[in-house]
Amino acid sequence: MSLQVPEAQPSVADIANDTAATQRTAALRVALIGNPNCGKTALFNALTGARQKVANYAGVTVERKEGLAQSPSGAMLRVLDLPGTYSLRARSPDEVVTRDVALGRLEGETPPDVMICVADATNLRLVLRLVLELKQIGRPMVLAMNMYDIAERQGWSIDLARLSQELAMPVVTTVATRRRGMDKLLAAVESVSGAAHESPAWREPSAAELRAAHAEAERIRKTCIRPPSHPDTLTGRLDSVLLHPVVGVAILLAVLFFMFQAVFSWAQPPMDLIKSAFDHLSTLITQVMPDGVLRSLICDGIISGVGSVLVFVPQIMILFLFIILLEDSGYMARAAFLMDKIMGGAGLHGRAFIPLLSSFACAIPGIMGARVIDNKRDRLTTILVAPLMTCSARIPVYTLIISAFVPNRAVWGFASLQGLVMFGLYATGILSALAVGFVVRKIFWRGAAEPFLMELPAYKRPDAKNVAMGVLTRGKIFVKRAGTVILAMMIVVWFLSSVPGPPPGATEPAINYSFAGMIGHGLEPLLRPIGFTWQIAVALIPGMAAREVAVAALGTVYAVSGGEGATGPLAGVLHAHWSLATAMALLAWYVFAPQCAATLGVIKRETNSWTWPLVTFVYMLVLAYAAAFATYHIAQAFGA
Amino acid sequence: MHALVRSSPKLKTSIPQAGALVPLGHGGKGLRGVVVQVGAASASHLPTALAQGELERRLLEIGFVEGAEVEILHEGMIGRDPIGVRLDDMRVALRRREADSVLVRVQGVIAEAAE
Repeated sequence: MSLQVPEAQPSVADIANDTAATQRTAALRVALIGNPNCGKTALFNALTGARQKVANYAGVTVERKEGLAQSPSGAMLRVLDLPGTYSLRARSPDEVVTRDVALGRLEGETPPDVMICVADATNLRLVLRLVLELKQIGRPMVLAMNMYDIAERQGWSIDLARLSQELAMPVVTTVATRRRGMDKLLAAVESVSGAAHESPAWREPSAAELRAAHAEAERIRKTCIRPPSHPDTLTGRLDSVLLHPVVGVAILLAVLFFMFQAVFSWAQPPMDLIKSAFDHLSTLITQVMPDGVLRSLICDGIISGVGSVLVFVPQIMILFLFIILLEDSGYMARAAFLMDKIMGGAGLHGRAFIPLLSSFACAIPGIMGARVIDNKRDRLTTILVAPLMTCSARIPVYTLIISAFVPNRAVWGFASLQGLVMFGLYATGILSALAVGFVVRKIFWRGAAEPFLMELPAYKRPDAKNVAMGVLTRGKIFVKRAGTVILAMMIVVWFLSSVPGPPPGATEPAINYSFAGMIGHGLEPLLRPIGFTWQIAVALIPGMAAREVAVAALGTVYAVSGGEGATGPLAGVLHAHWSLATAMALLAWYVFAPQCAATLGVIKRETNSWTWPLVTFVYMLVLAYAAAFATYHIAQAFGA
Repeated sequence: MHALVRSSPKLKTSIPQAGALVPLGHGGKGLRGVVVQVGAASASHLPTALAQGELERRLLEIGFVEGAEVEILHEGMIGRDPIGVRLDDMRVALRRREADSVLVRVQGVIAEAAE
């Protein structure tokens, strides 16, 4: 049994060494800039290989991707991958970063020496205008004509020499997915790097200036580029099916259903494996170490904490496998198109559909998946409502209470009552997510609706290597960044549940003597109006680690051994101790249940502030309390 | 059955004649034309969140520029919104309320939008 923390790549250490080496020789700084969907990330991967590092820009949640490339002359270059944009007139936080780096005015970021503008050679209309805008910055520039193989295959005829002359910069053809043209590109970068920087003349273009730039770009395009006589119709033919109002929606639902199933079920075996590996490790240590606080810290705090971080990795990687496939193929824009009206009704962006769907498996990958939404407000709304989707960790709690209190009988001849209650809980989660999204949009960000305006890129076959690199990067980011926050919170939860230990000769379960027990007893008066017993209050504290832990905690509090199974003796004990109203109130509580340290931790990482996890915690707590209160009293009124 | 011009409170619906000026947001699937004005405030009967000048610049940046050829290829399922349009040799999706800021001179109408 070996525990492989996905951290085995040597790249991090390499980068540290390489960075030290290159700093001595003052490596050239190169920034990649281009329209969305131009293959910029593929080019970045081709240039830097595994020598890349992903972090955040200081103070914002925009990802900073930097890597090292080696030119044919042997020199190392530092390559920065900037977020895609159509214009330097930035509208999203990502585009602000692109603009400020390009202009050399982002604090803490050394301005690039050379800019590589990346163009999709089959779609040059908008990028030529961007090139003209970038030229005003006055930095040396190279134009990379990426996806040149596709352009040739489609029959585009591009006069490269003329284009280079018109734009007054080297033009290099590249095929990033096959690493073609990289040496020539880097050589071109080195050749212009000595050129004098002109004084930057960029300012926000007015509408009239934009029109003039378009006209100039159009003139260059007409003189240098001849479109194919038989244009490629694949995208059009695919779109007539995939964007069909009925067939297209059906296909999208099928794709999403498959994805949901995959995140749910494909992830299960590796998750079980990780879980049992950590359980084994824990058992092993229990055998060799004497009983005590240290052993408890190692086993129940650190090991189970690390385990509970890593257990999310399979789901996150599978979700991002799909997200990256959908993005790279060009289908993501279509999904957003089809879903825009439905999601827009709830104040959400069309792209929010995928993160929210995956939140049914777990809110952690869902919240990370909200990165597919460019607009800051739309992304935040999605992150705020994602934990309301019924995640798989609620299922053990639901099944335990349902099996204890809801009779297993058929209603209307075909449906099981237990199944209906389960469905009702899911539906309540979805409806409340839509309602909260609507309220957030209407009350807090009124009138701030972003226009839905986006390119539908040509369909492309995703490149296996780039997809694999993207998925691995996501897994690494989660472990390194969110993982540390989650682990810290897990240890706090452990501390509360096991310290102080029980006095000698204690008769009650150990947790009752701990801080969690004290807090539980202290909270009991607050929770009595919603029908919770002090045992429930105590179980909610370790339940912070993960919602399903509350089931085991209930077992501990009621001193039921082997009580983790839904149909085990625990269900019987609960049935004897709780009224039906209490049970229903707890179900209502768990629809909203804010207590999940991992969710709060990942929100902290994704929003780069403690404000949003706090907001999430408070609003869910209020909803949970209100729902449980209403449920308890209505149920009591009906004599439950 | 395609309504070639979407009904709206302000614009009388009829099949547009070649040469007629129509806000893009009022067009139905199959409408083809040339962009004659971008940022046409008067054409919009639906409020957008953006100031007119800002919307105009965003439309320009994504390629809606006077002289560009447009064709409505796709309509959303609910309320025929948003729309997917061919814009010269690229494709762009947008909501009708924003598309209303693009004034189009109708060139023709194709019964089937498939290429």
